[in-house]
Amino acid sequence: MLKTLSSLMIPLMVLLVLIYGILKKIDVYDVFIDGAKESFGMILELLPTLLGMILGINIFLKSGVLEFVLKGFTPFFQYLKVPLEIVPMAIMRPISGGSTLAILNNIYETFGPDGYLGTLASVIQGSTDTTFYVLTLYFGSIGIKKIRYAMWAGLCADLIGIISSVTIVNLLF
Amino acid sequence: MINKIWAFFIIVGSIFCIATGKMDILNEEILKSAKTGFDMALELFPVMALWLGIMNIASVSGLLNKLAQLISPLLRKLFPEIPKNHESLSYIASNIVINMAGLGSAATPFGLKAMKSLQELNPKKDTASRSMITFLVLNTSGVTIIPTTIISLRMMYGSVNPTGIVIACILATLCSTTGGLIIDRLIARRKKYAKNTV
Repeated sequence: MLKTLSSLMIPLMVLLVLIYGILKKIDVYDVFIDGAKESFGMILELLPTLLGMILGINIFLKSGVLEFVLKGFTPFFQYLKVPLEIVPMAIMRPISGGSTLAILNNIYETFGPDGYLGTLASVIQGSTDTTFYVLTLYFGSIGIKKIRYAMWAGLCADLIGIISSVTIVNLLF
Repeated sequence: MINKIWAFFIIVGSIFCIATGKMDILNEEILKSAKTGFDMALELFPVMALWLGIMNIASVSGLLNKLAQLISPLLRKLFPEIPKNHESLSYIASNIVINMAGLGSAATPFGLKAMKSLQELNPKKDTASRSMITFLVLNTSGVTIIPTTIISLRMMYGSVNPTGIVIACILATLCSTTGGLIIDRLIARRKKYAKNTV
């Protein structure tokens, strides 16, 4: 049921957009091509970030240093029902989008995308955002210096996202 | 900050590898990671192109505006300080709708416009206003309905059901957004911050 619903979402959305476009007498194909062209710029911007971050993250994660450091905290994370492999993702999520993508990539590579860890990592990635990046970019663009409680509110939202991801994945899968 | 973190990852990881005698892993990662990065970008590219194309249809046909209007009553509740029909509301709405489609980078231009227009209402130009922070929380809690990037990465690693996580993502997003907004409201009400309300 849940999986059918999940896999219906995207086709339904595409159909809705397409039919609405035709009803409004838009040249849907031309407009689609125009929009798709914008992806070149975006991917060119993303590529170097991904290359750099995957290098950094993979050396760090595969060295085993994290397991070494986190060993002492295992009972704490077990108590919270958070798998150790997810911890670096949770820590890096608010700081850097590129590095989280690299960690996600690493988890898929090691544990597969469909297992418990793969599913949990997917849901965490989907329900949180790079708070620090948005903070610097948005406030930087208009010259705000005193951000007051913005950082705390943003980080709280991320934390709630991570906690609810763990809960929801534990309940549904 | 990111410069130091990146260097930290590589230095600590390398030293630990050398110290524990995992030289082969270190060498392999240095040589292999560039290709992994390239593969990832290659995998994300077509999906991004596809969704940007679809979103462009939605934008040109006016569907985005329509959706933005649909959520505007909700926005007026969340941003009581913004005057009715102020342009910042429509920028915020577009930003949220595009974010829902999982196209974070395409939503950024609207986010920046929204911030600029919120700044016009801000009495203290160097201090974040309450509406700015609420908008930020909405943005960072990641209101996502279709997580495009995740789906394409899952496909790259041969997932049996790449879209199977969509509903779980929506539920988790709802929790983080609602939770984030509640916390935002609670902090904003504290006396310390209540003075600068716009």
